[in-house]
Amino acid sequence: MKRVKTFVLGGVHPPENKISAGSPVEELPLPKTVSVPLAQNLGAPSKAIVKRGDEVKAGQLIGQGEAFISANVHSPVSGKVKKIDDVMDASGYKRPAVIIDVEGDTWMEDIDTSKTLKKDITLNTKEIIEKMKEKGVVGMGGATFPSHVKLMIPEGKTAEYLIINGVECEPYLTADHRVMLERSEELMVGIEILKRGLGVKKAIIGIENNKPDAIEKLQALAADYESIEVQSLKVKYPQGGEKQLIKALLNREVPSGKLPIEVGCVVNNVGTALAVYEAVQKNKPLTGRVVTVTGKNVSKPSNFFVRIGTPVQMLIDKAGGLPGDAAKVVNGGPMMGKALISTDIPVVKGTSGILIFDQKEARRMPEDTCIRCGKCISACPMGLEPFLLAQYGQKKMWEKAEKDLVMDCIECGSCHYTCPSGRPLLDAIRLAKNNVGQMIRNRRN
Amino acid sequence: MKQFVISGSPHVHQDLTVPKLMYGVVIAMIPAMIVSFYMFGLGAARVFLITILSCLFFEYVIQRYLIKGPLTINDGSALVTAVLLAFNVPSSIPWWMLVVGSLVAVGMGKMSFGGLGKNPFNPALVGRVFMLISFPVAMTTWPKPIVSRSYFSFAGLDDKVLDTITGPTPLAVLQEEGAGAVSTNMQLLLGQMGGSLGEISAIALLLGGLYMLFKKIITWHIPVAYFGSAFILAGILWLADPSQYADPLFHMVTGGMMLGVFYMATDYVSSPVSAKGQLIFGVGAGVLTILIRVFGAYPEGVSFAILIMNAFTPLINSQIKPARFGHKSVKA
Repeated sequence: MKRVKTFVLGGVHPPENKISAGSPVEELPLPKTVSVPLAQNLGAPSKAIVKRGDEVKAGQLIGQGEAFISANVHSPVSGKVKKIDDVMDASGYKRPAVIIDVEGDTWMEDIDTSKTLKKDITLNTKEIIEKMKEKGVVGMGGATFPSHVKLMIPEGKTAEYLIINGVECEPYLTADHRVMLERSEELMVGIEILKRGLGVKKAIIGIENNKPDAIEKLQALAADYESIEVQSLKVKYPQGGEKQLIKALLNREVPSGKLPIEVGCVVNNVGTALAVYEAVQKNKPLTGRVVTVTGKNVSKPSNFFVRIGTPVQMLIDKAGGLPGDAAKVVNGGPMMGKALISTDIPVVKGTSGILIFDQKEARRMPEDTCIRCGKCISACPMGLEPFLLAQYGQKKMWEKAEKDLVMDCIECGSCHYTCPSGRPLLDAIRLAKNNVGQMIRNRRN
Repeated sequence: MKQFVISGSPHVHQDLTVPKLMYGVVIAMIPAMIVSFYMFGLGAARVFLITILSCLFFEYVIQRYLIKGPLTINDGSALVTAVLLAFNVPSSIPWWMLVVGSLVAVGMGKMSFGGLGKNPFNPALVGRVFMLISFPVAMTTWPKPIVSRSYFSFAGLDDKVLDTITGPTPLAVLQEEGAGAVSTNMQLLLGQMGGSLGEISAIALLLGGLYMLFKKIITWHIPVAYFGSAFILAGILWLADPSQYADPLFHMVTGGMMLGVFYMATDYVSSPVSAKGQLIFGVGAGVLTILIRVFGAYPEGVSFAILIMNAFTPLINSQIKPARFGHKSVKA
């Protein structure tokens, strides 16, 4: 019997709780106003190019990305710019955003809003990268790294494989799963475009085997394409981490501190591939995405297609409202998501899910003394010693933390998840990472 | 505006706590406890009762009045120590020795270092070795199992070693009379011998050990390395001179081997944290056990071997790092 592929080192298997997996994507009506943050991507924020009172159309550029690692921002609706003001985002900080009073859904003339599938790819590599940059495509898995930058292969490196991340290893989240099921044909074209943009011959879609319907559907479609392979993977968190995914699919290890291109790979999320399709084939900028709204007490766990800038509260209302015992709202998955201070924040390009936990789920376990059981070490997918790094973090021993490779930590949370003493290991490790990172930057200057 | 709980990720936690792990170990020891009741009757029950009561009592008193910290009596670790200590003594031992042993185990072995998680040595072994050195006669006078006649004739085994009130352990027989005088491995596996409460129930202990592996309370590294290295070393000696040295299987089923390998060497606090470190620890303990048994002054070597390796644990932890991701030679 052939063993189902997965990564080797560490990993955990939290209860999957994919409650909303069976809910087809529902398009949410337009809100009255949208707040479109100018900093939705990893890297430098974009600069507003509209001003108060301007009329904008859906798909119109409103924020210009100027730095190398930066992404354009477009209006998701048509309406009038109410103001440009600081608005709280998922981080809890107030950051500049363009606030638009929604008047309708009139798109720019050069954007194809039809649902017809366009399979022929007419652009060449350079044009594809340019188009992705113009249309503000960023990584949709959560990191929001500007996607066109990933296609610009550094001097001396070659890409061999395009890896499409359909793992969705975070419990609860089902947005990628629904995209793979409902937008499969567009997805395949998007992958074909990314292949051309990268100049690679082969693409592999990695999907965990708790989504057999998605695997089956994409496998059937892949037969029509040259060298797009669908690979089923054993369920194990954090398989969606790009280093773990490459290890699982190709048994290649991205060296410490390096990017996947070091081993000839570029990894993109399925949501990103769909956004690439829209941008390149339909000339449509990234102005909306699928968001899962779920939780054990949510009356209607759902997957919504929403425009960027829609208030999170509106999504929760559409999923049956905030349950009475709601105590924690998480932006993203339960392992890596961020707890929200307020639901009065806008959906951004990186919003993959909204999770609602009750009192009991929200509470952390009481913290106990470390018994050196070593379970955090067995769970760590990077082969680190989380209990030790956390001690260094608490005792401000930054040099030791650096020596024991704290910067390799991908913050997947497996250590804290598995600790029988309920120690908040990742909190202390994050602290150490921040300080060590600062130390390294100071050393360079 | 509704106030939400804010905390860093992850927001979910495995359904696992320290007491759950500790009580898991206790559950794994129940079969062996039952065997010891069956073999030694009320004498065994008396030992368990005294060690459990005294260990819990000392844990409570020390935590409450000396350390003045939150009470830890419920975390199950004192209970594990108590049961392990009981497994390590003969059923005939006077009650006050058990109380002293419990005080040393919990007080000196664990609490003097600050409690669970900080002790360098396995507390039960500290107590056991203290008792062995302080009360050598009481600790090595082994009553014979009392009820075994019908049980063993049923099993089709002879009961020649069962006809005295007290007798030496098979390891003592081996040391004094040589390999020819000891019972068969099958007899030993089933507990047909003199010995401490836990020595005589190898098969029950093995069952419990497999349960702990199955429940992922322990990992395979220490048991496999320990058994493997001890088996290989004993095997080499046996092949060299079968008349003088016992066969390797004999070493596996006698004395504290099962107890030590599954329940004491795998103690979280005093064994290395990484898989590689655990393998080294296991090999070290296995080799030392056989060396002490074969060449040492004591017939039994498990306790000393584990304690010696406990002392090496901090060194192993600091020198042996887990397999790191992305630090191998680059494969392009």
